[in-house]
Amino acid sequence: MATATATTVSPYNEVRSDLWRPLSGASPRYLAILAGLAAIVLWGAFAWSYQLLHGIGVAGIRRPVFWGFYLIDFVFWIGISHAGTLISAILRLTDAGWRKPVTRAAEAITVFALMIGGMFPIIHLGRAWLFYWLFPYPNSRLLWPNFRSPLVWDVTAISTYLTGSAIYLFLPLIPDVAQLAKHATGWRRFVYRKLSLGWTGSDREWNALEHAMKLMACIILAVAVSVHTVVAWDFSMSVAPMWHSTIFGPYFVVGAIFSGIAALLIAMAIIRRAMHLEKYLTPHHFNNLSKLLLLMSLLWLYFTVSENLTAWYGNEPKEMNVFGAQLRGSFAPYFWAMVFCNFVVPFILLGIKKLRTIKTAIIASITVLIGMWLERFLIIIPTLSFGRLSSTWGNYAPSWVEISITVATFAAMIALYLIFAKLFPIIAVWEFEQE
Amino acid sequence: MNEAAHRWGMAIDIDRCTGCQACVTACHAENNIPLSDPESAAKGRAVHWIRVDRYYEGEFPDIKVKHMPVLCQHCEDAPCEPVCPVYATYQNPEGLNVQVYNRCVGTRYCANNCPYSVRFFNWFDPAWPQPLNLQHNPDVSIRVGGVMEKCTFCIQRISRVELDAKTENRPVADGEVQPACVQSCPAEAVVFGDLNDPESKVSRMAGSGRAQRLLEEVGAKPKVFYLQKAT
Repeated sequence: MATATATTVSPYNEVRSDLWRPLSGASPRYLAILAGLAAIVLWGAFAWSYQLLHGIGVAGIRRPVFWGFYLIDFVFWIGISHAGTLISAILRLTDAGWRKPVTRAAEAITVFALMIGGMFPIIHLGRAWLFYWLFPYPNSRLLWPNFRSPLVWDVTAISTYLTGSAIYLFLPLIPDVAQLAKHATGWRRFVYRKLSLGWTGSDREWNALEHAMKLMACIILAVAVSVHTVVAWDFSMSVAPMWHSTIFGPYFVVGAIFSGIAALLIAMAIIRRAMHLEKYLTPHHFNNLSKLLLLMSLLWLYFTVSENLTAWYGNEPKEMNVFGAQLRGSFAPYFWAMVFCNFVVPFILLGIKKLRTIKTAIIASITVLIGMWLERFLIIIPTLSFGRLSSTWGNYAPSWVEISITVATFAAMIALYLIFAKLFPIIAVWEFEQE
Repeated sequence: MNEAAHRWGMAIDIDRCTGCQACVTACHAENNIPLSDPESAAKGRAVHWIRVDRYYEGEFPDIKVKHMPVLCQHCEDAPCEPVCPVYATYQNPEGLNVQVYNRCVGTRYCANNCPYSVRFFNWFDPAWPQPLNLQHNPDVSIRVGGVMEKCTFCIQRISRVELDAKTENRPVADGEVQPACVQSCPAEAVVFGDLNDPESKVSRMAGSGRAQRLLEEVGAKPKVFYLQKAT
């Protein structure tokens, strides 16, 4: 079957100039958007400084809900980070031809989402300035961190993942920056040359790069799956009702890929419009990814049903307190909104072929992001609200500090992405030359 | 003296407890626990290392109330311990579940994993209104904002008695260690002692047919025993 990618249509020089065009100059609109985002990020930084100065009590968390928005955001962003690795690594390993214009956009999401997600466990600490005590090296009294603690696994997993995905983003960037270094001037030339690591394009180098990318794709797949499993274990290793679940590992991985694909679809649509890359990011790509999103939606539903049906059938009193609050109690509006966002919308918009367009894919992606954020909210808050002793039940409402920081991270994500797309071609140029 | 000679435990006779809250007050005074105003208490920020849970039986007006003082159960297999990434909480050789404030970074995982909800967090640096700021117990450290705290079984009193006994070269007598809640209980509902000594009062109470432990199904093996008439 003939693919609808641009490669077959345009000669390489034209492709290159198309993809390099967004790099030069910055329109007033671009700068205005960036300034707006920077203002939001600064507001978030102010909120965090305020929290550091006055104590974490300025956030809304309380006994018994000791974990709130920060941990929800943490799981959410780590989930988003699964866009890049999973999509890109799977497609690279299976040699899917249509992946070429998609992979770098995806890999960049991974790195930035991880940088943001990795901040949250630190923001959430009571004494954030001591976060490095969790790193696996002994303190002055030769006391190591507690390797039995899922939080230490977390630190290890996420730093491994961040390192790995940064390398995975960087490797396919090398031939591109080498080409750019030849054509750029001024500080850009300097930066690109440094980043190209002396790439000359010899056969030996291509061979090594090819090998390295294949190897990293394999490694990063394993790391990605394990990272979100470890994030799930932060909850399922505890004895709290509805957290102590065997299904959480795979459930979280599926949810992460699900929200990751949604984030990728949104990013692609913005890139396509803002950079006029309609020729490269075609309806074909959106169609393929929409089908993948639909598949993940169904998988997510399967896991959600498995999780809740077994809990309900088991009818364990402590679990039923949480279950009841979720399905028909105070958390029910959020629960059913989640089901609507994560299943009903994608199933209708993407499941019916006639309705499946770029526009509906974006609508479904946005509801999926909302739904997946709600899912993390529903995993964390009800369990903590309804503990084992009814005398300690209590609820939670976020303060302006948590809300500000949460909003700021979304702005930070978009800003980082905009800056990245201005410095590097968001679609790998050299991959079109290779044909 | 062998360090692990003792295994401290507590027995609380619910049938004797009147719910007078003297233990709560005594605990606050002994352990330099910050006070909370009504607003922060309503926000769920109040700290009471020991609290009195009330259970109602029957329909109004024919109601029976049971009072149950709940404090850290000093579990043998404490769920709070393995989850702490920095060993801020661990089981000491005498069976106390201790909290090392200086190690704590405030992940609050221990509090989430405590089935009894007896761990408390310092949301802010503590402050006391005049003149209560002048009555701190010098034997107990004041906790900074951002760390967890909880009942210690009045470890400072245990240490003092053990030291006294050591200097006088004699064993610690049963009932010699009295945590603040035990000392202040007018109904003598709370008893503290060595579970390793089968003759101690607490051991005899723990072995009574009326004794049971809270949330036994979690399997944390608490060292606090609740005594009440089987119903």
